[in-house]
Amino acid sequence: MSDHHDHDHAGAPGSPLPETDLRVRALESLLVEKGLVDPAALDALIDTYETKVGPRNGARVVARAWVDPAYKARLLEDASSAIAELGYMGRQGEDMVVLENTPKVHNLVVCTLCSCYPWPVLGLPPVWYKSAPYRSRAVLDPRGVLRECGLELPQDVEVRVWDSTSEVRYLVLPERPEETEGLSEEALAQLVTRDSMIGVATVTPPTRGSRR
Amino acid sequence: MNGVHDMGGMHGMGPIAREAREPVFHHEWERRAFALTVAAGFSGEWNIDMARHARERIPPARYLASSYYEKWLLGLELLLLETGLVTRDEIETGRRHGMASPKRVLKAADVGKVLLKGGPARLPDSVPPRFKPGDRVVARNLNPVGHTRLPRYVRGKRGAIDRDYGVFIFPDTHAMGQGKKPQHLYSVRFAARELWGPEASPRDAVYVDLWDDHLDPA
Repeated sequence: MSDHHDHDHAGAPGSPLPETDLRVRALESLLVEKGLVDPAALDALIDTYETKVGPRNGARVVARAWVDPAYKARLLEDASSAIAELGYMGRQGEDMVVLENTPKVHNLVVCTLCSCYPWPVLGLPPVWYKSAPYRSRAVLDPRGVLRECGLELPQDVEVRVWDSTSEVRYLVLPERPEETEGLSEEALAQLVTRDSMIGVATVTPPTRGSRR
Repeated sequence: MNGVHDMGGMHGMGPIAREAREPVFHHEWERRAFALTVAAGFSGEWNIDMARHARERIPPARYLASSYYEKWLLGLELLLLETGLVTRDEIETGRRHGMASPKRVLKAADVGKVLLKGGPARLPDSVPPRFKPGDRVVARNLNPVGHTRLPRYVRGKRGAIDRDYGVFIFPDTHAMGQGKKPQHLYSVRFAARELWGPEASPRDAVYVDLWDDHLDPA
């Protein structure tokens, strides 16, 4: 999909809608002129989610849980409060639930109805998460979806799919990989990927890491 | 509404196209469409459930053919028109006929504070729960023409209450301007085989967040 970047089209196959760019500009001008939006507020919103809030937040939560058993216990008991301890809270993460992956249970998060996603800890969702292929199949064929994402789970692992149909937001606590005993919390956070916190990947040790 | 947005369980949507090192936005207009939607939502003229329902009402063929932020743009235009903040002529011509007087306007200096505060859907109301964890339930077979967060793929299916999350706004009425109707929200566990038949894994399950009004005792 990377070849899409340089083209002025909307990214939906068969629907380039070249006028979308103009339409958004016109709407912004109109709403600013009518006193409905402050253009500086738009810039601040964009800057927040483009440079400040993203999956590194969630990675810090996961790493803290890996090194601090008391924090992990709080996180699983009352995720909103435990996550707020690290300063992450608010819009689209008001009520958080953390789902712990174990050798016997694998959790996977989807929003079949729209695109619900825990913004304070993961930022804005990637395109695939919001797209029809993932939304339609994650609940019907989670093992197939995981296989497509490069994760083959043994039959004796229970797969739990969480459909985000309410304002509760889910974050997967992936398993800490082996061979990481000597790593600092900060180094562990560097290993944690966005996809592992959605549940479509596991966290791999540093030597074999493929980042996404 | 039984719209195409309710796509859990559908086939034929194609492969999952994950993009390595995906940027937050792919185009400048996506940045602006995102921010416009969030900022305009702060006007207080509609709630998040109304915003979702607006996007659900995009005609099915167009919904499927539109990229994510195109859907946001179409939904925003619909909300602005329906609340009377802008007119069709203003959108088509780009020329304003007058000023709008929204309840609130989001200022740049308040963005950080507003995002940290969020918009909690949890309510302080004291409402007794109809169910407790472990209770067997069946999802009602409801087919409202308006908004609902009860996906088609669980209607009529049997599950069990996994957790009681407490009292929340009921989106099905909130989206329609019919009030918050405070009630308990639960995580309901449905066995994969209950939803999808004997071909599904005997171990796997789908957890769906559902409200009292979506459930009956099984």
